[in-house]
Amino acid sequence: MEQLIKDGRRIDGRKFDELRQIRIEAGVLKRADGSAYMEWGGNKALAAVYGPREARPRHIQNPTRAIVQCRYNMAAFSVSDRKRQGPDRRSVEISKIMSEALEHVVFTEQFPRASIDVYIEVLQADAGTRCTGLTAASVALADAGIPMRDFVSSCAVGKVDGQIVLDLGKQEDNLGDADLPIAIMPRTKEILLLQMDGHLTIEEFNKAVDMGMNACMEIYEMQKEAMRKKYPGD
Amino acid sequence: MISGITKDYICRLAADGKRMDGRKFDECREIKIEKGVAKNAEGSTQVRLGDTTVMVGVKMAPGEPYPDTQDSGVLTTAAELIPLASPAFESGPPSPEAIELARVVDRGIRESKTVDFKKLCITQGEKVWVLFLDIHVLDYDGNLFDASSIGALSALTDTVVPANRFELGEDFKLEVEHYPVSCTSVKIGNAILLDPSLDEETVADARLTVSIDENGDIRAMQKGLNGSFTLDEIKSIINISKIKGDRIRELIK
Repeated sequence: MEQLIKDGRRIDGRKFDELRQIRIEAGVLKRADGSAYMEWGGNKALAAVYGPREARPRHIQNPTRAIVQCRYNMAAFSVSDRKRQGPDRRSVEISKIMSEALEHVVFTEQFPRASIDVYIEVLQADAGTRCTGLTAASVALADAGIPMRDFVSSCAVGKVDGQIVLDLGKQEDNLGDADLPIAIMPRTKEILLLQMDGHLTIEEFNKAVDMGMNACMEIYEMQKEAMRKKYPGD
Repeated sequence: MISGITKDYICRLAADGKRMDGRKFDECREIKIEKGVAKNAEGSTQVRLGDTTVMVGVKMAPGEPYPDTQDSGVLTTAAELIPLASPAFESGPPSPEAIELARVVDRGIRESKTVDFKKLCITQGEKVWVLFLDIHVLDYDGNLFDASSIGALSALTDTVVPANRFELGEDFKLEVEHYPVSCTSVKIGNAILLDPSLDEETVADARLTVSIDENGDIRAMQKGLNGSFTLDEIKSIINISKIKGDRIRELIK
């Protein structure tokens, strides 16, 4: 079995609590009401927001508030074995939990019967696409001028070679012992998304979630910076 | 959908430390597990969690391994929310709710190594056992996550691999190596309620499912709905899940 940690360093040379390179750019698409492009390690994702617009078909409308409909999609060429086009079970689940996380930060009560549609396209996948997509999506929402309580900032933590490490890379994700993606509303530290699979003791979980939340705060700063760069005057 | 009156009532009760059916916040509904309910399945159970009824069946057949796990059996989990079980369920392709349910149950089993799939390899790279785990919801009164994962685990403990039928030697009992038990809690206002009923689930702000094994370690988690949890709330849910899970595990074994 391949060793994922050598001399206190990870396989790509990172420290245990070190993020990969991240770049966020707001407002990259012309037609969308709001958009963002994000690179996170080897991940590349685009997020676009349309709306608020009338929710259709009409039976999905909520008379008291807007709904957030997120569609997470991977391009056929984004992974090493070609992915068949269209939603598979994994992307349906991810879309659902992302919609729920984003709905919490949007002031949905201002737009009864409306839908706010968020489209996330993963163009190149390198472990952590849901965190990349969700982080980009909340920047796209802000870029669209949707009234929000805060950004959603997301990051994954995991366990490899018995060690809790931040932001798993592809090999670490494939061979690791646990994967714990989280998303928070940074201002209040409320947890909006949390999944876990693998094997963690309760102590390890506590350590992992602390590490993940700290990283989310770092990512939060990058999200704000992306908006400042796009709208320097405001 | 739920009436505004019922919603207010549940929220007021919760703020008062009470629940509609008189349970305490950390109290499960009664669990009844009956194994061997479908004779043509390799393993089966019917689980009742209060008035929620779920049937889980295991079918097995030889098939091809996945290219990246040539020496392991294959697990395929599906959940059907049939219209018989609730006026809210419609026929047609699986809804996002059904897919999330199946995937959460699947992860609870797969990632916690409940079954050692290496032992389900017949000929490396060519032939392995494919294990189909089918969740059939019969009566939906809330908390399908726990009813289904309790059902899945107990169906696995009931499973005999049908080797003889496929001329692959003697039938043998499927070995269950770990017993991860999932416990779901919801948040209503500031109250955390274990094992939500349908009405409680409908008004809940946020939901968290935690799966804990016999050693007290966490094997899977899934947060749902558009509300949020604080870290302290999550830690206390993990704690409750560990205590209650120990009791449910005894019922499954």
